[in-house]
Amino acid sequence: MSGISMVLVVIVAFFAGMEGILDEWQFHQPLVACTLIGLVTGHLTEGIMLGGSLQMIALGWANVGAAVAPDAALAAVASSIILVQGGQGVKGIGPAVAIAIPLAVAGLFLTMIVRTITVAIVHLMDKAAKEGSSKMIDFWQYVSICLQGLRIAIPAALLLVIPASSVRGMLEAMPAWLNDGMSIGGGMVVAVGYAMVINMMASREVWPFFIIGFVVAALSDLTLIAIGALGISLALMYLALDKGGSSNGNNNGGNSNTGDPLGDILDDY
Amino acid sequence: MAEPVVTEKKITLSKHDRFKVAWRTQFLQGSWNYERMQNGGWCYSMIPALNKLYQKKEDRVAAYQRHLEFFNTHPYVTSPIIGVTLSLEEERANGAPIDDAAIQGVKVGMMGPLAGVGDPVFWFTVRPMIGALGASLALGGSIMGPILFFVAWNIIRFATIWYTQEFGYKAGNAITDDLSGGLLQMITRGASMMGMFVIGALIERWVNIKFTPVVSRIQQQKGAYIEWDKLPSGHAGIKEALSQQAAGRTLDKVKVTTLQDNLDSLIPGLVPLLLTFLCMWLLKKNVSPIVIILGIFVIGIVGHVIGLL
Repeated sequence: MSGISMVLVVIVAFFAGMEGILDEWQFHQPLVACTLIGLVTGHLTEGIMLGGSLQMIALGWANVGAAVAPDAALAAVASSIILVQGGQGVKGIGPAVAIAIPLAVAGLFLTMIVRTITVAIVHLMDKAAKEGSSKMIDFWQYVSICLQGLRIAIPAALLLVIPASSVRGMLEAMPAWLNDGMSIGGGMVVAVGYAMVINMMASREVWPFFIIGFVVAALSDLTLIAIGALGISLALMYLALDKGGSSNGNNNGGNSNTGDPLGDILDDY
Repeated sequence: MAEPVVTEKKITLSKHDRFKVAWRTQFLQGSWNYERMQNGGWCYSMIPALNKLYQKKEDRVAAYQRHLEFFNTHPYVTSPIIGVTLSLEEERANGAPIDDAAIQGVKVGMMGPLAGVGDPVFWFTVRPMIGALGASLALGGSIMGPILFFVAWNIIRFATIWYTQEFGYKAGNAITDDLSGGLLQMITRGASMMGMFVIGALIERWVNIKFTPVVSRIQQQKGAYIEWDKLPSGHAGIKEALSQQAAGRTLDKVKVTTLQDNLDSLIPGLVPLLLTFLCMWLLKKNVSPIVIILGIFVIGIVGHVIGLL
């Protein structure tokens, strides 16, 4: 890898680290981070494909309240560096995905460390506020964002220092059954993310939507956009009917002639 | 009788000021900490407005300090709260009797219900959907996948930040009544329905499990398979083979049925569905997602070695 590529990789890692906490532009999502690292190292296609595989796994990862989710930023950055250094091309994506998972845990601990350090930083902000200095509050805000960037940039730089040949040697030493098994595991592990999402959203009311979605997906002619459109339409229809039903219920008390002709006919029948 | 109010000059926040605040909101979580969570980012976001509204040093000190109080919600739905707080601060700077407790009360009162909207809408519906769409393109190596994800996400995100902040600013205090009303609840419900629908589809499409054990091998009758040794040679043979396959003939003399074929004929995606239910059950039992993920990799490896997967 050339010097310029290395610098660019560290910059991408820095952005991913910042975003891992900001959660705004989504540079830390594997789809973006892996693609960017692929781009700056000249392995664009592999990067995109790795990003796609990791994104599928990371779909349900989100920090909600006190719950802690695995860290997508370190997982995406480190596994794409390993993919590039390993030099196995598309074949290396399976093992890279598997390596990414423990890294996601490691990233989590790094986040917790930085979040603890920022406790000290907000006390410095308090002090700046007391002095009426908005410049210093801004300054400490930038410092803490940069700390989050370094959280990923430093591990990325360390990974780059390990010579490509030893990364390659390590990956090649892995037997085929382990590689294939990890790829199979990678295909199944996606379910964990979905399970997390379902546990957050499921209620008696929404389960039918889940079942329809599941059954309809077997029609392979439907693209994801078509499925999305179907979902939106069903949700809108349900809400409209629900609203109409309840307002009818309220209005119908006095005169049963309005609103629901079919209902009236059925009532009269 | 002359009103003394007329002589007072009124300070207002221009659209430009409000845009500066909206831009800064994007760095809200930068100083997320275990003590007061998003307080630093909140104060940082408010600074352009506070500096414009308050000129005296002691007013500024008080303003910075009251905006360094505890705050935590979903980052994007912070914007309507910012909007309301901006309108309150503006009235206060113009002399309205709004005390610190009222401002903190509005912040705390809004952050709970709004976090309940932001999480299902953004983290569990919009991001999985756009993410899955982008990822499915990316798996084939297409650069359109990441670009689509990045562009679509950021348009939706910044539009939400800006317009909900404006909405909050214009609605002012009135928005707090709205929160208990039906609108927010309807958005959350609709998003959950949509999200569950798509998640159901994604499980069928993207969770991959293939059981490889062979259930049966059937010798097929003549005419049900392509007889390779009777094909004409050269490209005519390839053409003939393809047209025979299109006519429904199988490639091999022996029809192999794996366990997976049997399961698929019940309903496609049954095993992924069961695996997802298992994961949900484990998560509810407070098993860490990391443990489940590592466990699945072990099962994948062991299953492959013994020839099950």
